[in-house]
Amino acid sequence: MQRHGSISRRLTWMNMLVSGIALLIAGVAFAAYDLATFRSAMVRDLSTEASMVASNSVAALLFNDSHAAEETLGALRASASVVRAQIYTTDGRLFAAYSRDGSAPLPMPQFAPGATEMLAFDASSAYVARVITSDGAPVGIVRIRADLQAMYVRLGRFALIVAAVLVLSLAGALLVSRVSQRAISGPLAAVAASARQVSQAKDYGIRAPHVGTAYELTVLVDSFNEMLAEIQARDRSLQQAHDQLEARVRERTEELHAINSELEAFTYSVSHDLRAPLRHITGFASLLEQEAGAAFNEQARRHLTTITGAASRMATLIDDLLAFSRMGRATVTKRRVDLSQLVREARGEVWTDVDGRRITWEVHELPHVDADPSLLRPVMVNLLSNAIKYTSTRDEARIEVGSEVRQGEVVVFVRDNGVGFDMAYAHKLFGVFQRLHRADEFGGTGIGLANVRRIVQRHGGRTWAEGAVGAGATFYFSLPSQGAAA
Amino acid sequence: MTAADLPHILIAEDSNNDLELTLAALRSHRVANEVDVAHDGAEALDYLYRRGAYAQLAPAPLALVLLDLKMPKVDGLEVLRQIKSDPALRLTPVVMLTSSREEIDLVRSYELGVNAYVVKPVAFGQFMEAVKQLGAFWAVLNERPPMPAASSGGNRA
Repeated sequence: MQRHGSISRRLTWMNMLVSGIALLIAGVAFAAYDLATFRSAMVRDLSTEASMVASNSVAALLFNDSHAAEETLGALRASASVVRAQIYTTDGRLFAAYSRDGSAPLPMPQFAPGATEMLAFDASSAYVARVITSDGAPVGIVRIRADLQAMYVRLGRFALIVAAVLVLSLAGALLVSRVSQRAISGPLAAVAASARQVSQAKDYGIRAPHVGTAYELTVLVDSFNEMLAEIQARDRSLQQAHDQLEARVRERTEELHAINSELEAFTYSVSHDLRAPLRHITGFASLLEQEAGAAFNEQARRHLTTITGAASRMATLIDDLLAFSRMGRATVTKRRVDLSQLVREARGEVWTDVDGRRITWEVHELPHVDADPSLLRPVMVNLLSNAIKYTSTRDEARIEVGSEVRQGEVVVFVRDNGVGFDMAYAHKLFGVFQRLHRADEFGGTGIGLANVRRIVQRHGGRTWAEGAVGAGATFYFSLPSQGAAA
Repeated sequence: MTAADLPHILIAEDSNNDLELTLAALRSHRVANEVDVAHDGAEALDYLYRRGAYAQLAPAPLALVLLDLKMPKVDGLEVLRQIKSDPALRLTPVVMLTSSREEIDLVRSYELGVNAYVVKPVAFGQFMEAVKQLGAFWAVLNERPPMPAASSGGNRA
């Protein structure tokens, strides 16, 4: 409620300051005007009284009757403000005096030449002096002192009235600002409270109440509420999208789980059930040969051999397929692998494939990569074994292994000068059981490169090949190089 | 020592073809031991505990139990589990003779205490060789553990 207090207090202060200043200015102006009027009236009265005393005391002066002059002065008793009056003779002698309060006699005033009346004020009194003339000749001087008590009393009363009015009007202003506060700062405070509530509770369902009738406040509250409604709507649709996405992810995950376990059941069943009939075929073919082989002619024996060979080949295919399927499910545990070391090991493994042929090896320095060595080794073995296999028709086989560190990846290649392949079929190279050569040309089931691709993809890399018929082939694979060091 | 005194070999195998091939292999290698056959896991257990169809069968020492993994009713792993958890039977050598090369089967079998795990080769020559070696090793070369007296009491139910 701090802001609420601040705004209403400011409004109250403003109201009271404005009305107070206006009242003070008005009060001072009125007082000044009143005092000026009062003073001029007083001067007029004093002047009149001095004239009357002057004209009434001419005879007393002429006849040197100070008693009569004092009686004339005594008439001034009727005027409440006159405290002292004196008549002097022209030679400066105090001729008659009247005193209401017994104050000290006033000195004779000195007139400027040609002046007949003189006015003077001090803090507490007003003084009037008049030359008394008889037929144009001065015969004496009358001097009256009137105290300004009445004026001060009036001024005090005035100040009292102004103060009372000030207090009353300030109280009125206070009341008015209380009311106006309800009309202006009240709605503002309500909006502020709503905003605070929204930001604290994160509840966009809250709405600021309509309190005021002021146009700007209504607009403010409306806009604020509209904004909240907008946020709430967006929130809701975001939540909805999020929920939908969650549901879809859950659905897909379940599907994937189902597919995965189905696949596992499938491979298990393939592993167990598909091999048995093959074993029976070869087994019983062998038993047949053992028991009736002597009665068979050459062709019948060849048929038996074909049956056994086909069954064995199918067994190999099944084993390869199962291995391929297992490879797809194997977890990849990456660590730092020295590719040069890996190539040395792979060459050791494929040594028997070389079979005494002359092969020129050119193995460049290779970088370290992050990979699962137990998965990456078959990749290398496969590529080298392929290179050896497809250069078997060459008198002088050349196999080159090298690498290239590119932006964000390490590319490894195995290049040979073997029989190569037609680039038109390059897309088939890495498919399962896809072969570009007849089985009687080069052995193998056609699963090797499929395994290579699958393993490399599991590492987040790519595989591709370049080649031409009769002009050798180059097989590439890339691995993402987080911190690959050349 | 006559054939009747030799310890028996129990083969649990649901495939008649496989059974015939195994028996042919054993025969051709002149394994003299008596071979008893169970056609599924339940029969194998009945045989081992001399119950059901085997209740009247005289008890005989066992040189070896050859178990197929995948069998109807009770599978090879369950038969293995029961053999290895029974104090009277657990010393009997058990060899898995199966088509499955799956790692999970290998791990489960060894966890349950199998004595050997042999994958049936597809090529008949290799199959013959494997069965021959199994017969030669377990029935001839291997010294059986001394049989506790309890195992000859066949009327466990």
